[in-house]
Amino acid sequence: MFSLESITTLVQDWLNKTFSPNLALFFEFVIVGVLAITLFAGLGLVLVLMERKVAAWIQIRLGPNRVGPKGMFQSLADTIKLIMKEGLTPDGADKFLFNLAPFIVMMVAMLVLAPIGFAKGFQIWDINIGVLYVSAISSVSVIGILMAGWASNNKYSLLGAMRSGAQMVSYELSVGLSVLSIIVLTGSLGLNDIVLSQQDGWWIFKGHIPAIISFVIFIIAVTAETNRAPFDLAEAESELTAGFHTEYSGMKFALFFLAEYINIFIVCAIGATLFLGGWMPFHIGNWESFNHVMDYIPSFLWFFGKTFFLIFLIMWFRWTFPRLRVDQLLNLEWKYLLPISMFNLILMTLIAIKGWHF
Amino acid sequence: MGAAYLIVLIAAAIAFSAGGILIAKIFVKGTKNHQKGQAYECGIPSEGSPWNQFNVGYYLFALIFLIFDVELVFMYPWAVVVKELGMTALFEIIVFMFILFMGFLYAHKKGALKWI
Repeated sequence: MFSLESITTLVQDWLNKTFSPNLALFFEFVIVGVLAITLFAGLGLVLVLMERKVAAWIQIRLGPNRVGPKGMFQSLADTIKLIMKEGLTPDGADKFLFNLAPFIVMMVAMLVLAPIGFAKGFQIWDINIGVLYVSAISSVSVIGILMAGWASNNKYSLLGAMRSGAQMVSYELSVGLSVLSIIVLTGSLGLNDIVLSQQDGWWIFKGHIPAIISFVIFIIAVTAETNRAPFDLAEAESELTAGFHTEYSGMKFALFFLAEYINIFIVCAIGATLFLGGWMPFHIGNWESFNHVMDYIPSFLWFFGKTFFLIFLIMWFRWTFPRLRVDQLLNLEWKYLLPISMFNLILMTLIAIKGWHF
Repeated sequence: MGAAYLIVLIAAAIAFSAGGILIAKIFVKGTKNHQKGQAYECGIPSEGSPWNQFNVGYYLFALIFLIFDVELVFMYPWAVVVKELGMTALFEIIVFMFILFMGFLYAHKKGALKWI
């Protein structure tokens, strides 16, 4: 059976046999770095194309269909176009912060990849406080966005950045509380332990109604956290031109754009890990034969299947709901989602202590 | 050992971003004039500095966020052990959340959550 774990152990054994320990370690670092960059570039290309295709499908039109078979190479052509564009820095801008902001956003997106388990035994770092690490690192990206908006010396940029900051910190609470309701069940913050605890069924099925409520809250809140429509007030193009990245052009704009899509992938991967079992195949309790058949599908296919399903869901929202006003947005979080998720967490704790879940 | 991978990832992110920007710099021969350096706002020359006062509402929301974020940080270790500790831990966290919720209700009553 094909598995990524055997490939990694094979590579590691070969490196340790051939080179001295220090050199082998260095090569491992290089491989991890190259893989991370490849994943970044690949995901960027795939997700941009997917977004345009999904949009076209929902609006009953064709979408990109000229470059390559069925428009497959459209985003590659767009990348070349973006490289050929001149990267401008406005005269009045704070040059240092203006150029630093895309780096910070990219660094945050890259760092959050570390604890995500892509397949069985295929994880960069199995840190034992995985969930806390993810929520801590991902909140740093607010700083990058505020920096970009402030340094641009543009009123629209600053407004977009302030809105984005208020929105991202507000919705972080709901994300945290809905994630906690799964932590209560598993009793571990490590993402690998959380996946292993779903061996006899995913938490969304095992955790009764509170798990479903927290899944719905999680999806709404991460849509807002990644500044996606219907919560895309930070870059509401009809009011703010393009929000915090109005002044960015060329490759620096491309980095913001890429980081946005990578962030969508990351939150969907976390959602898939917590609620839908990560790389764990679809298992039902102790139906041994059924579980055995499901094990034949490689674990990375399960992971990417679930993640891309959630990404599709978020793209679907974008082309279905109209944009909210800023007061409606903050009302939704503070007056509805936060109290509901707090109550939901207490309910979930009661279920976990009494052992009422499956 | 795992922490070394964080440095690798940061290096990868910097290499990726800097590489892209450098390649663009090599290919593009830019021109420079006064209009290009202007802020992209309305088409007419922009008035006043954007580094100015803004709505106090953002600050109020940030303050309330701070209360609940600290609460969340306290609740991570609680969530890990609550299954073993049982009902005592549940009652304690209910008291803890109730006190913070009172603060939230106070802020709500004062009108801090109303967007003007």
